[in-house]
Amino acid sequence: MFDFLEGYDLLGAFWVTVKLTIFSAIGSLVLGTVLAAMRVSPVPLMRTFGMVYVNVVRNIPLTVIIVFSSLGLADVFGMTLGAADDFEVKYFRLAVFGLAAYTAAFVCEAVRSGINTVPVGQAEAARAIGLSFTQVLSHVVLPQAFRSVVGPLTNVLIALTKNTTVAAAIGVAEAALVMKEMIENEAQLVLISAIFAFGFVVLTLPTGLILGWVGKRVAVKR
Amino acid sequence: MKLRKVTAASATVLALALSATACGSDSGKESGSGDGGDKITIGIKYDQPGLGLKTPDGFTGFDVDVATYVAKELGYAEDDIEFKETKSADRETALARGDVDFIAATYSITDERKQKVDFAGPYLLAHQDLLIRADDNVSKGDDLNGKKLCSVTGSTSAQNVKAKFAPDAQLQQVGTYSECLNGLQSGAVDALTTDDSILAGYASQEQYKGKFKLAGLKLSNENYGIGVKKGDKEMVDKINAALEKMVQDKSWDKAVKDNFGPANYKNEPAPKIGNIVK
Repeated sequence: MFDFLEGYDLLGAFWVTVKLTIFSAIGSLVLGTVLAAMRVSPVPLMRTFGMVYVNVVRNIPLTVIIVFSSLGLADVFGMTLGAADDFEVKYFRLAVFGLAAYTAAFVCEAVRSGINTVPVGQAEAARAIGLSFTQVLSHVVLPQAFRSVVGPLTNVLIALTKNTTVAAAIGVAEAALVMKEMIENEAQLVLISAIFAFGFVVLTLPTGLILGWVGKRVAVKR
Repeated sequence: MKLRKVTAASATVLALALSATACGSDSGKESGSGDGGDKITIGIKYDQPGLGLKTPDGFTGFDVDVATYVAKELGYAEDDIEFKETKSADRETALARGDVDFIAATYSITDERKQKVDFAGPYLLAHQDLLIRADDNVSKGDDLNGKKLCSVTGSTSAQNVKAKFAPDAQLQQVGTYSECLNGLQSGAVDALTTDDSILAGYASQEQYKGKFKLAGLKLSNENYGIGVKKGDKEMVDKINAALEKMVQDKSWDKAVKDNFGPANYKNEPAPKIGNIVK
């Protein structure tokens, strides 16, 4: 029943999925946090930029963003992210770029909701002892904010894991692309789909369980 | 108050829309008017110019012409044919479930697929080839490893490049062949690779006339067959007879000329039924 699996590098494909997820998660966490800081900053221009970015990027389908990274940014404007002649690396980086840019909008909103859970008194007290806006944010508000948004961020991370399959649209050799190849060759649609669905459950279920436990541990008891 | 008005208004609109569709949805279900007036459902591609393409004024392409001819031989008038889109991944399932009566959609006959469905034909022998810019040249025996190629994600052609012809070539994989043409025009890739019949169809499109040409490399053999539900031997025999007749009365040649016109495409002579070129 499973003898057709020979000749396919399933583990390698899922490893690419994992790599895509990790790099995009780091990128989106950094960018999303910066965006959240912009959205609560005292500078109107920054606030506007953060708001526009989130509302625009959040409402564009991910497929459009990824395909545009490849066809628009790379083919038309020649943005190759330092890998002009190595397609495998180039498209992987473009996919990470697209996924991180897209996921950042969701991370930003999650972090901002966390900032709103921090009592105003905390920020006022921090201001009162003479900390600047950046210091208030980095020393007082954000550490507490992050502790309360582990749950929402876990949801974003699980969504991101599954969203990496969109990278197949620009030829990154992750799980969804190998699945397409197998269906093309083996004519076993249902079985192959089930195998890959299971593969993603193996990736996301532990993520959810572990981070759920972490979230409970670090939550601020108010 | 205001909200309630809006809700009431939208409910009215919704009710109207529903009743309108209810009136209009039971057309096309009238039973045959005696003279073989049953419908036949045929699976084709909707997005491959030259083979199976959905246009505002109907369907065009070589696969469509073959399917129409075969249906005519089976006793169905053109109005009784219902075309349905069968994407590559859906083809076996569509036949097994009986969604379509047969499939003519660039369906290469392979041993794996033969276990799932039965094939009539082949009705066309295609080869994997390269489509290059008209001012470019690639000849037989050239090393493809240094080239930048583009193909559709997961397709047999893309896998052939990786496994057989040019493992070291840079391969861009995208969702549709049209996206490849974009990169081919801008110089981001050197060639688009898939079956020459498909390439010829793209190169024959209005907006690309004279811009691209086929390299003519014959990198593989693709035997296009007509897929039929497993075990329906009667249907296979009928379709084979129809295909033979199509070749004899020269309709086959006409269909090739109509669809693969101006792209330096040298088609193979019509294949013998049951003769699969490995």
